[in-house]
Amino acid sequence: MEPAERLDQNHEFSLREFPYIIRWREDRCTRCGRCTAVCPVNAIEPSVFAQRLVQSEGSTPLPSTVRKIMHGIRQVTDMERYCTGCGSCSLVCPTVAIEPEYNPRHKFLFYKNKGGVPYTRGGRRNDPSPSTVDQMKFTRISMLTDPALDAGRHEFHIRTLLGRILPPEKLPLEVKDGLLAVREDIGFIPPVREIYPIRIGSMSVGALSPHMWEGLAMGVAYLNEVEGLPVVMCTGEGGIPPRLLTSRFAKYFILQIASGYFGWDEIIHAIPRMVEDPAAIEIKYGQGAKPGDGGLLMAYKVLKLIAKIRGVPEYVDLASPPTHQTQYSIEEAVAKMIQSMSMAWGFRVPVYPKISGTKTARAVLNNLARNPYAAALCIDGEDGGTGAAYNVSMDKMGHPIASNIRDCYLDLVKQGKQNELPLIAAGGMGKTGSLAANAAAMIMLGASAVDIGKYIMQSAAQCFGDEYNRCNLCNTGRCPRGITTQDPKLYRRLDPDKVAERVVDVFKSADMELKKIFAPMGRSTQLPIGMSDGLGVADKEIAERLKISYVC
Amino acid sequence: MCRLSAITSGRYFSPLENILALETMKEGHDGSGLGLVLKDLGGMFKDMKGYPILSGICSDKGLEIMDQYMKARGFEELLFWEPDIHAVPGSDIQRRDHYFAKVYNYPAEMRELPMPEKEDLLMNTRLALRSIGERDESIFVFSFYPDVITLKEVGDPLQLAEFFGLDKGKLTAKIILAQGRQNTNYAIYLYACHPFFIQGYCTMTNGENTAFVPIREFISSRGFPGYTGYNSDSEVFTHILHYCHRQLKYPLSYYKDVITPLKNSEIEKRPDSRALGLIKNSLRPLCIDGPNCVIGFTPDGTVFMAQDSKKLRPGVVGGAPGKFALMSEECGLDKAVPVRDKAADFSPMKYDMVIVTPDARELKQWNQLNV
Ligand code: SF4
Ligand code: SF4
Repeated sequence: MEPAERLDQNHEFSLREFPYIIRWREDRCTRCGRCTAVCPVNAIEPSVFAQRLVQSEGSTPLPSTVRKIMHGIRQVTDMERYCTGCGSCSLVCPTVAIEPEYNPRHKFLFYKNKGGVPYTRGGRRNDPSPSTVDQMKFTRISMLTDPALDAGRHEFHIRTLLGRILPPEKLPLEVKDGLLAVREDIGFIPPVREIYPIRIGSMSVGALSPHMWEGLAMGVAYLNEVEGLPVVMCTGEGGIPPRLLTSRFAKYFILQIASGYFGWDEIIHAIPRMVEDPAAIEIKYGQGAKPGDGGLLMAYKVLKLIAKIRGVPEYVDLASPPTHQTQYSIEEAVAKMIQSMSMAWGFRVPVYPKISGTKTARAVLNNLARNPYAAALCIDGEDGGTGAAYNVSMDKMGHPIASNIRDCYLDLVKQGKQNELPLIAAGGMGKTGSLAANAAAMIMLGASAVDIGKYIMQSAAQCFGDEYNRCNLCNTGRCPRGITTQDPKLYRRLDPDKVAERVVDVFKSADMELKKIFAPMGRSTQLPIGMSDGLGVADKEIAERLKISYVC
Repeated sequence: MCRLSAITSGRYFSPLENILALETMKEGHDGSGLGLVLKDLGGMFKDMKGYPILSGICSDKGLEIMDQYMKARGFEELLFWEPDIHAVPGSDIQRRDHYFAKVYNYPAEMRELPMPEKEDLLMNTRLALRSIGERDESIFVFSFYPDVITLKEVGDPLQLAEFFGLDKGKLTAKIILAQGRQNTNYAIYLYACHPFFIQGYCTMTNGENTAFVPIREFISSRGFPGYTGYNSDSEVFTHILHYCHRQLKYPLSYYKDVITPLKNSEIEKRPDSRALGLIKNSLRPLCIDGPNCVIGFTPDGTVFMAQDSKKLRPGVVGGAPGKFALMSEECGLDKAVPVRDKAADFSPMKYDMVIVTPDARELKQWNQLNV
C-alpha cells in the first residue's frame, strides 16, 4: 500500500515552523528573478503553479473560468534552506513585491540539527531584551553648584590609557633643582598608550572580507591622522596584511595572538622590518560569544590572501583550539605569554589578555594584578559577537559584562590598583544603538575603554543581523552584505571607501555624544572611570548588585 | 557657593579679620556654618609651639571619655582652653557643652621620636577619638597637631565670632583659614565643614567636586589610615595635598599638576616632561575636573591658592609682603587688606598657582606652562 505521507505531506514542514515567512505579492512581481538570484540560502525559488482565473471578454459580462500556468516565487520548506529574514530579496526587488516577515511562533530550534549536527551560525546572542548597561541612566547632572559644561565649546579630553600604569609610590622619581626628574637607575617603566576609549574589537582578516577589513582600517587611519581621534583596532586572530604591518600605520593596530597562532610566523619574521610598534598585543583566551570554544575559519574562506597572511595552505579548515597549547596553569598561560610577547618588541608594547566574561574573571584579574608586565584585562561579555559558533554557546554561555566589570573594578579598588590595570569591556556595546551611552556607563562602572564589533558592522556596513536571528550567516561564507565572506562576487558589493566614511561618522558622532553625556555631569579633563555616583538604574536589584543608585 | 577667606601675615592677627572679610562676601554663603583653622598661634599658645593641640567639640560625657583615653595613652595635659561663650540674642546657634583646645605633652616614650612618627601618633589618636565619639556625637575632633587650632560650628559666621568671643582679640595667629559655608548637598554635619586638616596640611575649597567618587576611592585605597572621612567631597583636596607633598615628596607646585594636569602637548614643552608624564598617568584619578578653588597651607607655613579652568569666578590674592589675603571674592580682599596696590591683585587662572612663602614674606606666581 502506498504510504500515507505521499498523500498528506505529514512529514513535511509547514511554513509556520519557519522563523521567517516570505510575503510575496503576485500582483506586483515582474518575475525578474533578482530575489531568487540574491538569496544566500536558496530559501526561495521560482516555481510554477496552476491558477484558476475568472475572466470576461465580451461587451457584456460573461464570466468564464480558465486554468492558467503561472510563474512565481515560492518559499521552500526545507529546514536546511530556511529563510533567514536577511531581506536581500526585498533589497533587490524593483517593485517591492517580496518581504520576509518574522514569525514569533516558529519552531526552528526543534528541527535545526539534521544529521545530528547542532545548529551553528554567526552573529550574536538571540536575546532582544535590553542589556543591563542599556538600562543605565546618567542621573548626576551639574547645574548650579557646579555649572554644566558646554559640550560644543568647552575643551574636552576624551582619552584613556592602555598599558600598565605604575602606582605613584613606585615611580622612579627624585627632586632635582625643585623639579621632579626620572632617576637614572630606573627599572622597567611599562609602555602606556593614550587611546580613544572606544576601540574596534578583534575581527580577523579572514572572518571579515578584504573590503570590510580595508574599510575599517582606512577609517581608523583617517580618524587618527585627520580627525585627531586616536582610535585603535584589533586584528583578531590570523595576522595582518604584510604591507600594513611594515607601514607607518601599524601603530593603530592591536595584533591579536590566539590559540591557533595563525599569522604569527609572518609577524615575527616581519618585526625587523617594522617601522612602528603596534598599539598593543592582545592575547585571546576567550570570546564572549562562545566561551571555552576555539575559533574556526571554514576552508572555503581560506583563499590565497588569507592563506598567505596566516601562513597556511589554501582551502583547509583553520581550527584554533579552545585553549593555548602552552597552557598548564595560569602562570604558564598568561605570565609566559605576556613575557614573550613583550620581549618580542623590546618591552615597548603593552601586552594584555582577553577573556570571555566569567564568574572567575576576578581570579584572572588578581593574577594579572600581581604580574607587573600585564598591561590590561579585556573582558568580552555574553553579548559579544562571532563569525562562527554553536548556537547553544552563543545563546546560553557567558556572563553579562556589567557586573563582571564592576566586580573586577571594585576588586582593584580594594587593592588600590584601579588605575594600574585598565579594564576593557566588550560584548554588547551599542546593542540597541546607544553606543556612547553604553560606553559612558561602562566607564563609570569602572572600565577604561570599550570594544565594539557588531556595532561597527551594523553601522558601517549595514549588517543585517539582529537578535531575532536575522541573517546570522557569517559562518557560511555567503554574507549577503559582503562583510564576512571571501567570495569576491559577494564582497565586491561592499565599497571599502563607504565603510571607511561610516567608521569616521560613527566615531565622530560617538565623540560628540560622549561630550553631551560628560558635559552636564561636569567632567571634561579625565575620563570619569569609576564615577559610579553618576549612574542610576530603575531596578533595585541591579542597583544593589552594581553599587549604584536606584532611581525611579 | 561657599566663601573662602585666608590671611597670612608676619604678625599675629585675630580671626575676626577673616570673618569680617567673609561678611562682605555674604551674598555667597547662607551663613549655615563657619570653619576656622589657625596656625602659628599667638597669645597664650605662643610659647607652646612644640606641643600638640587637640581641638574639637564635645559633650560633658565626651570630655570625660576623651580625658580618660588621653591619659591612658600617656598624653599629659598642659593647657585646656575653651572660648568664653557669649549668648548671641536673635541667633539660632545651638550651644554645645565644650568647644576646646587642649595642649598636651607627648607620652614620655614618644618625646624623642622623629616628627613623622609623632605625626602618625597624633593622627591615629585623633582618628581613634573620632571613632569613639562619632556615633553618639559626643566627641568631634578636628585637628591634633602642634600650633594649630580648629573651630567649627553651624550658624552665621559673624554671630559665631561673637558667640566664641573672637572679637575680644585673645585668640590670634599668623595664618588663618576661614570658610563661610553655603549648605548645598549635605546635611549640616560638623565633619563636613571646611577647612580640613591632616598632619600639618590644611585646605578649604569652594565649588563642587564632580570627580569625588573616583578620587575618594583612589586616595582611600592608598593604605594610609588618615585617608578617611569624606563627609564632604572637599576633604579629598586636603588629602591629595598631603599625599603628594608629604607621602610622595613632590614639591608643592606639583599639587597643581596633579589636580589639574596639563595636556600631553603642553607637558612636552616642560623641562620635567618625562616625570610629569609619568605622574599624570599614575595619578590620573586625582584630576579634580572642578569647578573648584582650593586654598590651603603646608606644615612650613606656606599658603597657596589654585583652581581649575572651569572655575568661572576665580579667587583672588593681594596684599604686600608682611600680609597677604587669599579670598574667593575681591570684596573680601578689600576688607582684609584695604591698603594695597590693587593693580598687583592676582587671580590665578587655568595654569596658575599662587604661593605665599612663610611669614607672608613673598608672593610667587607659578605657572604650569612656564617652568
Ligand atoms: S529574506 Fe533573505 S534568506 Fe529570506 S528569502 Fe529573502 S534573500 Fe532569502
Ligand atoms: S549581513 Fe553578513 S555579517 Fe551581517 S549577519 Fe548577515 S552574514 Fe553576518
